[in-house]
Amino acid sequence: MDHLDGNVLAGPTTDLFAFEPTTAQGQCRSCADIAALGQAMVYGQPMGFVARCRNCDNVLLVVVEHAGQKSLNMRGLRWLRVADPVEHNRI
Amino acid sequence: MTSQAVGWLTGSLTSAHPLTAAARSTTLTVPGWPGNDAGQHVDVRLTAPDGYQAVRSYSIASAGPGEEIELAIDRLPDGEVSPFLVDDLELGDTVELRGPLGGWFVWRPEQTQPVQLIAGGSGVVPFVAMTRAHASVGSTVPMQLLYSLRTPEDAFFRDELSQPTATVRTTWHYTGAVPPGWSRSAGRLTVEDLQRETLPPEKAPLTYICGPTGFVEAVSRALISLGHAPDAIRTERFGGT
Amino acid sequence: MAVFGGRRGDDNPALPPGQHLTASFPVLSAGPTPSIDTEDWEFFIQTETGQTHRWNWDKFLALPSEDITVDIHCVTSWSKFGTRWRGVSLDTLFSEVETGFDFVMAHSYGGYTTNLPRQELLDGKAWIAYEYGGSELDPEHGGPARLLVPHLYFWKSAKWVRGLVMQSEDNPGFWEEYGYNLHGDPWREERYS
Ligand SMILES: Cc1cc2nc3c(=O)[nH]c(=O)nc-3n(C[C@H](O)[C@H](O)[C@H](O)COP(=O)(O)OP(=O)(O)OC[C@H]3O[C@@H](n4cnc5c(N)ncnc54)[C@H](O)[C@@H]3O)c2cc1C
Ligand SMILES: [Zn+2]
Repeated sequence: MDHLDGNVLAGPTTDLFAFEPTTAQGQCRSCADIAALGQAMVYGQPMGFVARCRNCDNVLLVVVEHAGQKSLNMRGLRWLRVADPVEHNRI
Repeated sequence: MTSQAVGWLTGSLTSAHPLTAAARSTTLTVPGWPGNDAGQHVDVRLTAPDGYQAVRSYSIASAGPGEEIELAIDRLPDGEVSPFLVDDLELGDTVELRGPLGGWFVWRPEQTQPVQLIAGGSGVVPFVAMTRAHASVGSTVPMQLLYSLRTPEDAFFRDELSQPTATVRTTWHYTGAVPPGWSRSAGRLTVEDLQRETLPPEKAPLTYICGPTGFVEAVSRALISLGHAPDAIRTERFGGT
Repeated sequence: MAVFGGRRGDDNPALPPGQHLTASFPVLSAGPTPSIDTEDWEFFIQTETGQTHRWNWDKFLALPSEDITVDIHCVTSWSKFGTRWRGVSLDTLFSEVETGFDFVMAHSYGGYTTNLPRQELLDGKAWIAYEYGGSELDPEHGGPARLLVPHLYFWKSAKWVRGLVMQSEDNPGFWEEYGYNLHGDPWREERYS
């Protein structure tokens, strides 16, 4: 299967993060590019989700779901910046 | 951000109708569904009697509050999940759902930038939600859709998208066969097509592209070559090539 | 009520448990396809002494090679029968290598890794393959050359392989680190650890 957008990470990372992951900004440890996670390139399905930097292909984050557990590695992110939930956006 | 139900919800099929020979609209009633923004998706999980599970993502064609969501699913001939959802799932049957998901590939009524939507095939689904949200709030933000599809018979939601009262203009583009009397010949979207049919960089639009991975890659590359900033383009790859 | 079956349920005895047969050749990759010129390509085996055995493309092609017809099994549950390859046996490559370490980490262009016991690579069970179906190996499927270890799940058959590093312990590779099995025998359904 060919690669998808970071948006697809919303499902598998739901229970790990109490925030909306795809709009969180992160910095690539390798090239310093700053982007929303939704802008990453996601490979590796269906074995797992391998999110790579849109600029340099460095692995930012890996999520593998199996048997009611999720493994997460975020080594490739220097930091992740999460905006507080905006209440007026709520439906 | 939209509130999200935690864990898996159960949705039952409450209505369905064919969209094309290969696709159908399925409306699911999902107790506990918190409503969704236009452009969000849901993960659908199917479980076989022996416990085997398959999960796939589907964009939500509906937007707003309520416990009903509409999905529009295209059957891939060799697919594991889509033929089941298009051909087999019966009224009253249930599936598990996780969502609403995603906050990046969404359009919210408070956005003020002009919006260009570009769909390839079933990639039109999140844009149907956006055009519905645009109409329902009476938005005055310019929004237009370029819809690339193989043949006229492959159109999803043609009547709705071509309504004279639609607040979003749809430009149709055919890659395989054109309707009788059509002025252009069939073919893949070219840089020139995109230049002619989409909002130019000078209008500072936010451009959303959705469809098969190969389509999204080709169109986003072409838009960048036309001078659009990468950060002014949002993409949703459905997979495949 | 419609009952979901999934793409399984074959009771073909040639299929390992939980697998189904496919005629296509699905592509699964942890990253983009690297483009590797055979001019720049090399394959190495590095041992505990720090000694590195290297083969460039010409030296590699000059080694004795064999035709291989094998069934392959992907952990994502598809299997494909009778795939035809051409490649160099790892017995040939290891014949010049002296090592006391029992484990191997395979490294690929693009950064992918996977771990294997050395024994699983010897005795005619594994190759560095450079042709598929009579043609040069497509980059999508690991070309110019990939590891081929068909008796283990296919993630062990590292695409775009560039070298093997001997290791004293069975340290996990890329997928193994996230819970995929260290060994990966499809007949014992060793999908996860
Ligand atoms: C965020 C997101 C939203 C999506 N929304 C929709 C939607 O609204 N409507 C919809 O019909 N689909 C949508 N998809 C695609 C959907 O998730 C499935 O990939 C699709 O239904 C195929 O699943 P399957 O099990 O039938 O096929 P599989 O068994 O997974 O695949 C069968 C074969 O088709 C190929 N393939 C997989 N996906 C595609 C694809 N999208 N196009 C072409 N070939 C493919 C595979 O490589 C494989 O060879 C969306 C995908 C994503 C990531
Ligand atoms: Zn980077």
